[in-house]
Amino acid sequence: MRLRILPKEQVPGMVRALMADYRVWGPKAKGPQFAFEPLYDPAEMRLDYNISILSPKVALQPPQERIAVFRLGDGFTVEPVIEAEPTVIFGMHTCDLHALALLDKAFSADFPDAHYLERRQKTLIVSIECLQPCDEHSFCKSMGTWTADSGYDLHLIDLGETYGVYVGTGAGEALLTKYAQARPATDADVRRLNEVLSAKWPRFQHRLNFDAAELPSLLATAYDHPIWAELGERCLSCGSCTNVCPTCYCFNVIDSPDLSLKEAVRLRRWDSCQLDEFARVASGENFREARAARQRHRMFRKGKWLYERFGELGCVGCGRCIRACLTHINIVDTFNAIHASQHRR
Amino acid sequence: MTDSVYAPKPARLAEIRPMTELEKLFVIEFPDGSSLGHQPGQFVMLSIPGVGEAPISVSSSPSRSNGRFELCVRRIGDVTTALHRMKPGDWVGIRGPFGHGFPIEQMRGKDILFAPGGLGLAPLRSLINQVLDERGSFGRVIILYGAKRPAELLFRDELEQWAARDDVEFHVTVDRGDETWTGNIGVITTLFPKVTVDPRNTVAVTCGPPIMYRFVLIELLGKGIPETQIYLSLERRMKCGLAKCGHCQINHLYACKEGPVFTYAQIKNVPEAL
Repeated sequence: MRLRILPKEQVPGMVRALMADYRVWGPKAKGPQFAFEPLYDPAEMRLDYNISILSPKVALQPPQERIAVFRLGDGFTVEPVIEAEPTVIFGMHTCDLHALALLDKAFSADFPDAHYLERRQKTLIVSIECLQPCDEHSFCKSMGTWTADSGYDLHLIDLGETYGVYVGTGAGEALLTKYAQARPATDADVRRLNEVLSAKWPRFQHRLNFDAAELPSLLATAYDHPIWAELGERCLSCGSCTNVCPTCYCFNVIDSPDLSLKEAVRLRRWDSCQLDEFARVASGENFREARAARQRHRMFRKGKWLYERFGELGCVGCGRCIRACLTHINIVDTFNAIHASQHRR
Repeated sequence: MTDSVYAPKPARLAEIRPMTELEKLFVIEFPDGSSLGHQPGQFVMLSIPGVGEAPISVSSSPSRSNGRFELCVRRIGDVTTALHRMKPGDWVGIRGPFGHGFPIEQMRGKDILFAPGGLGLAPLRSLINQVLDERGSFGRVIILYGAKRPAELLFRDELEQWAARDDVEFHVTVDRGDETWTGNIGVITTLFPKVTVDPRNTVAVTCGPPIMYRFVLIELLGKGIPETQIYLSLERRMKCGLAKCGHCQINHLYACKEGPVFTYAQIKNVPEAL
């Protein structure tokens, strides 16, 4: 993989050129925070963002999307709606890149989901290396997601005046060739890259007190841990943690008729295992009625069950659920507490 | 156009048979005459266009398909209420069949003890009729059926046929009788002492409300039937049927994929299952 050099002053022009051919999503300021949104002006893009409120999954699994249209009458016809347009997600952090690998597997498994997969197939990813943690809640170093060597089409590393660019795919190569004039790296560029990365590593701290690879086995004996009751006492069942999570993909399917009753749309909408009715059946039986059980469910999915199904941990250490929680439920503290209680003599 | 796994296939209500105050049997056919191609124990996602979609187990046996399949549906939510208002000739949407059904091949040669409770007869009837249609390849067929009241008994004409057969050991009970009821009174577990089984050669198949499982399992295990030979069909909320939407998860298991039929051995250490 040969390093290229992209002078920073080229980026606005590159984004503008991309906007002509693609829908380009990038990090934009949103009040004091940042959000991934479609860009309408390259100047809106803030590659110096720390973390986006919602993960860039919003570009691939929108909070709500139409998946089919029913035409009603004497009988009905149904037409799938696949809304996929050529897209570039610019400035994705590597934690979210790792999360994307899990979403790709989840939507490809068993019954391939064309709504997600066609969109994904038409999407190019330009990721960017984080040179410092977003804030005190990041634990990407513990989850091994603070960098990435695959999953992107292009990967940028801020070298000061320029970006170092790694090309991950042929599509990335074509994009770089068509929309920018990157030059090959010189020895001086490579030395600069080494300096930048050497300075990066010590800025990040391990925050789990154990190896994340132990999470599935740690949780295997933690089902009846008293911490779930504690979290259940505090949880408001608001679903913020799952909304902001880059690996949460559970959804509801809702059919909604229009006013004329001649047409109905089938919508897919984000859902949350933290909501009271998530596991309730029509007879009223609720199979996960206690908040404690719902928090446990979320943490087990992140630390164990998704790993067992797809070979990827469901947590990438972005810390979004911790920042979003109104009652300070903290997944790192939870996992550490379980570890501590199991390793206390 | 790319196909969507969420777009149902139109199907027609060929016939609607009233069963109880709350349940009707819907006989459904595809306009092209194709068969559903299901296994007993599998379910479909049933759409009422403009209303919504719900998972419904298939009640008919593949051995009696005849280009049609049957859903026994209780009027309980939005979709099922809309369905109950429909008339023969009306159109519904079908996706599926989905899920892991009863492994009938592994049951051949064995004695089969069916223990449906209430609406739990709906999925079990599919297997019962298939077993009866291939009666020679099974040992004893025992059916222990419990309902709350006589008026809630499903498939009454078939119950009578099963009761009349020499090659079926059929017992039925109701929690509360009425002035016409002369049969057994008591919960389903009161039927178990009536039968003796060879546990190693018996497969048990049960479906009912969650509370029933706890007590029926005690009876089945008490008869010495191995945990790997006890099959249960579990109900869960479902929005996709495709192991994606997350609603039907029973801890790490997806009821729509690994289930809805599980052996007791599979779920006995899964706390959310029962």
